[in-house]
Amino acid sequence: MADLYEVKDLHLSLPDLTRKPFLGPAPRIEILNGVSFTIAKGEILGIVGGSGSGKSTLGRALLRLLQPTGGSIHFDGQDITYLSEDRLRPSRRRFQMIFQDPMSSLNPRHRVGKIIAGPLQVQGMDHSPARVADALDHVGLPRSFAQRYPHELSGGQRQRIGIARAIALRPEFILADEIVSGLDVSSQAQVLNLLEGLVKDLGLTLGFISHDLSVIRRLCTRVLVLQQGRIVENAPTCQVFAAPSAAYTRELLDAIPLPDPDQVWV
Amino acid sequence: MSFLSIRNLSLRLKGGERLLRAVSLNVEAGEVRGLVGESGAGKSMIGKAVLGTLPQAVEVVSGEIWLDGVDLLTLPVGQRRKRIGGLAALIPQDPLTALNPSRRIGPQITDRLVDILSWKRDRAEARARELLAEVQIDGAERVLRSYPHELSGGMRQRILIASAFAAEPKLIIADEPTTALDVTVQKQILRLIAGMQARHDTALLFVTHDLGVVSKVCQNLTILYGGLVVEDASVRDFFHAPKHAYSRALLAATPKYTDPAASLLPVPDAVIAAVRAEVAAADEAWHG
Amino acid sequence: MADGRSQVRRGAGARLWLSGGWLLLIVLIAIAAPWIAPKDPLAQDLFSGRLPPFWVHGADRSFLLGTDSLGRDVLSRIIFGARIALQVALIAGTLTCLIGATLGLLAGFLRGWVDVLISRLIDIWMAFPPVLFSVLLIAVLGPGLFSIIVAIVVIDWTRFARVIRAEAMGQSVMDYVASAQVAGRGRIGTMLVEILPNVLPTIVVLLTLEMGIAVIVEAILSFVNLSISTDDPTWGGMIAEGRTSIHQAWWVLVFPLITLFLTVLAFSQLGEGLKDRFDPVLR
Repeated sequence: MADLYEVKDLHLSLPDLTRKPFLGPAPRIEILNGVSFTIAKGEILGIVGGSGSGKSTLGRALLRLLQPTGGSIHFDGQDITYLSEDRLRPSRRRFQMIFQDPMSSLNPRHRVGKIIAGPLQVQGMDHSPARVADALDHVGLPRSFAQRYPHELSGGQRQRIGIARAIALRPEFILADEIVSGLDVSSQAQVLNLLEGLVKDLGLTLGFISHDLSVIRRLCTRVLVLQQGRIVENAPTCQVFAAPSAAYTRELLDAIPLPDPDQVWV
Repeated sequence: MSFLSIRNLSLRLKGGERLLRAVSLNVEAGEVRGLVGESGAGKSMIGKAVLGTLPQAVEVVSGEIWLDGVDLLTLPVGQRRKRIGGLAALIPQDPLTALNPSRRIGPQITDRLVDILSWKRDRAEARARELLAEVQIDGAERVLRSYPHELSGGMRQRILIASAFAAEPKLIIADEPTTALDVTVQKQILRLIAGMQARHDTALLFVTHDLGVVSKVCQNLTILYGGLVVEDASVRDFFHAPKHAYSRALLAATPKYTDPAASLLPVPDAVIAAVRAEVAAADEAWHG
Repeated sequence: MADGRSQVRRGAGARLWLSGGWLLLIVLIAIAAPWIAPKDPLAQDLFSGRLPPFWVHGADRSFLLGTDSLGRDVLSRIIFGARIALQVALIAGTLTCLIGATLGLLAGFLRGWVDVLISRLIDIWMAFPPVLFSVLLIAVLGPGLFSIIVAIVVIDWTRFARVIRAEAMGQSVMDYVASAQVAGRGRIGTMLVEILPNVLPTIVVLLTLEMGIAVIVEAILSFVNLSISTDDPTWGGMIAEGRTSIHQAWWVLVFPLITLFLTVLAFSQLGEGLKDRFDPVLR
């Protein structure tokens, strides 16, 4: 199977503005320290790590929201690492993102219809109300929601709008960045089932960032474990859970409180 | 008599919407009880009602809150505040917003002791140092002089835990204390809370939406839906055989990484409808 | 989830109607001045000097609010004074807003050298003492409506720029901005489509506030005789004149003062009222 993403020795550092001297540049913090992996077409890749592991940064680098400071990223054979926005724009349709906090990822002063139609319009695609209605259908929301504002919806509904917006462009790859972290168990289940269905129906490749290994196990085919900007484990899901090779992975697994009073834990 | 006894507490928004429907629950001295519910179920409101921090827009319709033999709702505000301050404390959810960013840590811990409980300043400061050691923070002097933004999230939560135990309260309400934390940090913090609870023999009302956490820390639990108590059982009994349909569905919807075959079942619409009907029936009975 | 917001809402409606109503009245009066003013504001009649308002003994009913020491009708002068006040408010307010908000948006969103340049400019600009600056400016340009407007714009744009810059910075880290970038929207497009609607409520409030400030500045300048060069009445000028005869003819000072106060108050409340009424997030 062809690789959709090929990442080689990726480095990303950001300036630490809290320690900037009066004259001269700020010292840089290394967030990604030489990350290499591939994502095959049709894979659901879980990206796991604690805070400070760099998983969100990696996700944003894959979508070129951030520019790497070293290494390379190839999308479907094309080197997108240092492309300018203008050159990147036509390809952007092919990789999209769903964000963690639906409150801050949906513009509170835009109606739902405008939120979904926006990216379609930017990419020069059909952004008619019919197309928007179609997207809402796909995520199981009533068509009348197109007239509503985000604050009139529940967290789970807002998250589904985020999904609708992402799939409206019919991308090949979607990055889901902690999309169920703030949700109730019930809404979480709904959103994940929806996502799974869409991946199958639309033939998507998915990058799923999460700190919740239980969710990862349910959804993903392969798991990447990050610690301080480095990959410590990269293996198929069953292997990671049955026989994790990295001590850190084991630490993460051991830390999960299962809903079972008999689990040996604390 | 239980240390904390909430009897038929009903709350509503001043505009009319009901938030709690005749909720009754007890916490014995030294007991750890989980208060579980999805967002909007009203679990945070119960904690706020006990601590006297209900928002302006919420009012008590009826019910009693007995704390150590006294119904708090019959006390005038000043007396209530003093009584609660001496007996109960809160571990809040978000360590970032719970600490005042423009004040050093030290005063934020000692203020409560000095102002509400009239301790002498040096006694309060000595206590602060003791507490930081108890929550395993090294370099207490330096930390006491620091500002919140200079410390990590885990450290801030430890400080909030230390603050909560400062006046040796008999009851602590922990409002989703680990929701904002990493899974490995969560484990450390839960261990810490459990350890301190056991050592100080404090009653603990642990508010959360995470059944996994409940199964590790709590002895008993109460499940809420739409401001109504849906189930009340020991943790042991609950996880082996949940009685209410909604509780069963909630348990089924919680992902377990040890069980790969389990599909994530959202709470079925039929179950939601049934429990909503219960809530409506409770409202009817209340009116009539 | 409902909260105390609904109680705030109830007050907002009254605020909008009252302030909007007053300002509309002032605008209509200003436009219709030549037709509705009972007397010629410049007409002096020394025999009718210092007549009290109509409800006081010894008044002349044709001078409803009384006359000043030169026999000029106070009411008519207030009506004509509204013209100057409003011109300054609307023109200076709008220009200040356009310049300041645009620069603030660009600085706050684009960051980089654009921000460095604009921020340094604001810092240096704000270091000039405003009163001195405006006096110098008027001395150079000569008195007149144009000079006042220029003075206000030149000094106050920094207020807008600072505030809007901070707001734009806060907005630019929101995920919906990242989402626009992921969709391929360009920077200027993102600024207009995503950032501007969220900054607009603040702009509206600042704009109306600025209009109120412009009215006061004009009043102050005409108080010290640095305003318009003609004999046209201004509220500030009337207040200055009224000061000298306050014991014999209190109405010459009080009525323009009340009008000034109500107008400035109305401007400040209008912005808040509009924001409360039209911002979808607050509804």
